[in-house]
Amino acid sequence: MKDVFVGLDAEIPEGGRKVVVAEGVEIGVFRVDGGLLAWRNECPHQGGPVCQGRIMPGVEERLDGERKSLGIHYKAGSLVVVCPWHGYEFDIHTGAHEGLSSIRLAPHPVSVRNGEVFVGIRG
Amino acid sequence: MDARTPPPELPEIGPRTNSLDILAHGKAQAARRGFDRTFIVDVDSHIGESGNWPEVLKYIENDATREAAFTFGGGTGQGAFLNDIPGLQWQSAHGRIPHGSGLKEPAPDGLPKPVSLARRAMDALSLDYQVFFPNGLLFLGMHPVREMEVELATAYNRWIVEEVLPHEPRMKAMLYLPFNVPDAAEAMVKRFIGAPGVVGFLVTSTRYQAVHANEYMRTYAMLEEAGMPIGFHAHHNWHNEYTKQLNRFISMHALSFVLSNLVHLTNWVINGLPERFPKLKTIWIESGLAWVPFLMQRLDHEYLMRRSEAPLLKRLPSEYMREMFYTSQPMEAQNMKLLEGTFEAINAETQLLYASDWPHWDFDVPSTIFDLPFLSDTGRRNILGYNAARLFNLEVPARYGQMAAE
Repeated sequence: MKDVFVGLDAEIPEGGRKVVVAEGVEIGVFRVDGGLLAWRNECPHQGGPVCQGRIMPGVEERLDGERKSLGIHYKAGSLVVVCPWHGYEFDIHTGAHEGLSSIRLAPHPVSVRNGEVFVGIRG
Repeated sequence: MDARTPPPELPEIGPRTNSLDILAHGKAQAARRGFDRTFIVDVDSHIGESGNWPEVLKYIENDATREAAFTFGGGTGQGAFLNDIPGLQWQSAHGRIPHGSGLKEPAPDGLPKPVSLARRAMDALSLDYQVFFPNGLLFLGMHPVREMEVELATAYNRWIVEEVLPHEPRMKAMLYLPFNVPDAAEAMVKRFIGAPGVVGFLVTSTRYQAVHANEYMRTYAMLEEAGMPIGFHAHHNWHNEYTKQLNRFISMHALSFVLSNLVHLTNWVINGLPERFPKLKTIWIESGLAWVPFLMQRLDHEYLMRRSEAPLLKRLPSEYMREMFYTSQPMEAQNMKLLEGTFEAINAETQLLYASDWPHWDFDVPSTIFDLPFLSDTGRRNILGYNAARLFNLEVPARYGQMAAE
């Protein structure tokens, strides 16, 4: 595993990301809840550039006490990245598809040293 | 690279991103799979004629209608006489899939934008030909004014033949038949048959017209005689009594793209059109594939009990259906065993045609076919290109060598 410098820690704001081509591998580095997570920029569906899609809250359908629908709303605390090719939504925390958790983004190790961000790539 | 030089960065993909960038991963897939050695025909793509609508309107032949058209859109003609409802076009999943609301990227001047965009898609996906269809006009069969379908279809067809096709020989068109007026559909075939780049004629399936009506027989006979296929292109319809019950776009989209072709294909088979026009080739477009084995089983089951209602048939309905053509997209590929069974049922290795549906939101890249684990090499190559070459009489570039076996 080789650590590749991808940029400065300060470059990636909370809820933001940086997508880079490091050693020929496309990787998205995301910041959520203060920490960094890195995912391969390849959707497990058809190979789309998932990390270059919209970052937005996931949604939930709310029910009242009688199980009547109150409609679809943003889910508090959630953050997904949406593959721009076909709309597959992945929880940025876990890399799992919002509707079928067995569909997952490929992770990369990410570390911060002296304010610099590195991702691990298999050599 | 210096250890502290940051690597190249990739931007967010948005509504105005160049389609070469949106589809960059398609190009990478093509390189990894050697698509430069694979003949690929995309049998269902779409041009955004609505973006060029003022240019189309100039071809309206009734001068009063033509002048009236340019009273719309603040005098530009944008949107004139079209019957789609912009507020119900939720294809982009409310911005989650940017290209789902249409490609808004800049294109160079001096060339019709649909040509520039088609070239980008063909380059990115390593396509040799694209057969294309309109976009907003897929609703036109539901226009409340029958004559308007004829006027707009004529203008669209003329624009395609005179302004689009001459620029790019890799683009091929199936022209629009104004099917709600049978005489006009017949006249359209007579007028445009043989035009360079025209490889067939299109019935937009979202309409309430029975395809077996006697008024269409001369049109079918002409197409059969000319060796021109007829394609039934599905679309969504949120306005019939069944789909009006569906409260989510996903539900309406999933059902209505199939529903129209279920009805039309059933009428086509049960009324014996394949016996009446045995050489007329039919293509069922953009309904996916899972519906076909369902309908085969359903019709065979009932045919054996109620043969008296389909006396023109000499074989099981499914046998006629196995001789029709189907486009692959949107290919339901969540259950590989069922998909393999579907391919066997429809005789996919000779009858299935790869289709991308680009730039629509649920498009399929060529690797969806190329990577299927159960296809023979010949079947794979047929579906990606050679079935279409035979159907549309397309020239296969010499670099690909001999056609795959029948």
